[in-house]
Amino acid sequence: MSSAVDGADTGALTTDPTTDLHEAGPELVQLLTPEGERVDHARFTFGAGLSAEEEAERIRGFYRDMALVRRLDVEATALQRHGELGLWAQLLGQEAAQIGAGRALRPQDFVFPTYREHGVAWCRGVDPVELLGLFRGVDQGAWDPKANNFGLYTIVIGAQTLHAVGYAMGVQRDGHVGTGDPERDTAVVAHFGDGASSQGDVNEAFVFAASYNAPVVFFCQNNQWAISEPIERQTRIPLYQRAKGFGFPGVRVDGNDVLATHAVMEAALQRARDGQGPTFVEAYTYRMGAHTTTDDPTRYRLSDELEQWKLKDPIERVKAYLTRNGLVDQAFLAEVDEEAEALGRRLREGCHALPDPHVLDVFDQVYAEQTEELAEQKAGYAAYLDTFEPEAAR
Amino acid sequence: MTVTKYWQAINQALHEEMARDDSVIVIGEDVAAPGGPFAATKGLLESFGPDRVRDTPISEAAIVGAALGAAMAGYRPVVEVMFLDFVTVAMDQVVNQAAKVSYMSAGNFSAPMVIRSICASGRRTGPQHAQNLEAWLAHVPGLKVVWGSTPADAKALLKAAIRDDGPVYVIESLAEWSTRAEVAEGEEIVPIGSAAVRHEGEDLTVVTWGGAAPRVATAVDLVHDVSVEVIDLRTISPWDRETVLGSVRKTGRLLVVHDAVVEFGVGAEIAATVATECFDQLRAPVRRLGAPYAPAPFAPQLEEAYLPHPEAITREITRTVQTVRNAS
Repeated sequence: MSSAVDGADTGALTTDPTTDLHEAGPELVQLLTPEGERVDHARFTFGAGLSAEEEAERIRGFYRDMALVRRLDVEATALQRHGELGLWAQLLGQEAAQIGAGRALRPQDFVFPTYREHGVAWCRGVDPVELLGLFRGVDQGAWDPKANNFGLYTIVIGAQTLHAVGYAMGVQRDGHVGTGDPERDTAVVAHFGDGASSQGDVNEAFVFAASYNAPVVFFCQNNQWAISEPIERQTRIPLYQRAKGFGFPGVRVDGNDVLATHAVMEAALQRARDGQGPTFVEAYTYRMGAHTTTDDPTRYRLSDELEQWKLKDPIERVKAYLTRNGLVDQAFLAEVDEEAEALGRRLREGCHALPDPHVLDVFDQVYAEQTEELAEQKAGYAAYLDTFEPEAAR
Repeated sequence: MTVTKYWQAINQALHEEMARDDSVIVIGEDVAAPGGPFAATKGLLESFGPDRVRDTPISEAAIVGAALGAAMAGYRPVVEVMFLDFVTVAMDQVVNQAAKVSYMSAGNFSAPMVIRSICASGRRTGPQHAQNLEAWLAHVPGLKVVWGSTPADAKALLKAAIRDDGPVYVIESLAEWSTRAEVAEGEEIVPIGSAAVRHEGEDLTVVTWGGAAPRVATAVDLVHDVSVEVIDLRTISPWDRETVLGSVRKTGRLLVVHDAVVEFGVGAEIAATVATECFDQLRAPVRRLGAPYAPAPFAPQLEEAYLPHPEAITREITRTVQTVRNAS
């Protein structure tokens, strides 16, 4: 078609009819269907090198992990509703994406989470009660990132992707890439979501990672919603295709399929450890809950959509697979249920037992070493408090 | 006059200004379909359509930058940057771009735009959601900064900001979000740069604004033996020197109370100006009361201690008035 204004041939400028944002399409890596059927993929395999029993054991482990983090999420949501937490960011529906990614890690790998990676924290061995401390407001996130190689929750969207790239550049500089030593070679994971893909920081992180060939995996849980804003507001092409423009591979995986997510992440992490550079993994999933407990998704999305995604539940398909193939018995399922109950109790009790901070804590850790000025302010405030009745002030 | 909540007053201002002037547009995250994360933009999409009320991708820098471009093109964009803390992501666009447009184009371009942000101080939102960053913004020539502490002022200042021909940063108090008070329907504009005398007095001037203002009001009600004059600044920059200096010349004493950390704050600017301009009238050292030089904590009991409490304010009032000059 020609422009009526100046005769230029605008027909030369067409948009490539690319994969639909919502059509799974042939590019979607899936190894376990929503119905619980194993399917093959040309490039990715789950369980290569494992015996049948080892493979079954691992899948049972994924089921257990997912069931327990779902319980963690339900319990924390309930604690927020009872006024025990100030806020909770729900992971409901994203269990497979997080467990698949988390279980593909090696101990030396380092994770930069958003504020929703409770499942990854679980895989790293972070005590979930420590997560509750942040959401209860008794601390600002007090787990030691170095203890489990799991960074602090990052609240300003996308900022951590740059931190991940810088960390990965450090790993590279330390010579922990491409040595062939499986206990030394290290990968870094930057977690973020579909909303963050619009942030400058995230795009700058892509540029830096490509430029330095940094050993980082960008793991984007595309859960379709950035609070109220649908994925269409963030992008016109499937997110994984953006990687091409930055010069590294992008792959879209069914984020509700724990086997596929694990297989893709194992490959991407190994690529990073081997010194082949960054990979973008788009885990195509769905936020079944609210953005956080302050949000009410019924204000902006249709319940039909949620009902459709319930049919793709990440836990149900694994349960169906294990049951249908005789890989679990009722005793195992009952045991996981009991474990979930025990976890729920432990979280409730742990949450209630979290100590309240002392008022004077507010002056601490502002600097690596407390300044004289702050020490004076702290002493002055202590003296001020001492003028009150002890019970009233403390 | 009708009794209106703080957030509803903001919502009214947006409705009224959009109805009055077709060039006023609203853009930001979650402002259209859900009506804003805290309902400030509720109903705008229904009333004015998706062309004038736009949800954006999640990028504060891009939102402010695009709004600046729209302002250059003749619109009057009202940007919502959800929390004041998030402006840090857009600082280049605010500080180096919007605030400089007029100066660097020799006045050929202007940026008639408003950036609205909630300050969530006092709502247990922690180090990255509860900062009082007005000093950062006020330090930038070319930018105006306003902060209404009452529903009526929140509305009237927002209307004035929208009508201003340069960039105005409008800060809103989440802690006051549901506070009800009488608000004029329709036209009432508070000129930018005019403070309000909330309480007349003879012994001491207290200058405050934003989130601290309601606690100052509570504190003053608790003080019976000192006659306190309370000034709500309302505009941080340019601040109302005339009203403040006139009051201090009368009372001879000044206490500045704000929720931001004291160090390098707006209180220092006011204190320094008063020290210079009112030297002969001062009967006591100028004092400042604010948060300690530490990030805002999450824990309720910590944040309670962190922000100037009415009891702490009354003590500082007494302390300032009881200071006696050594007759040396």
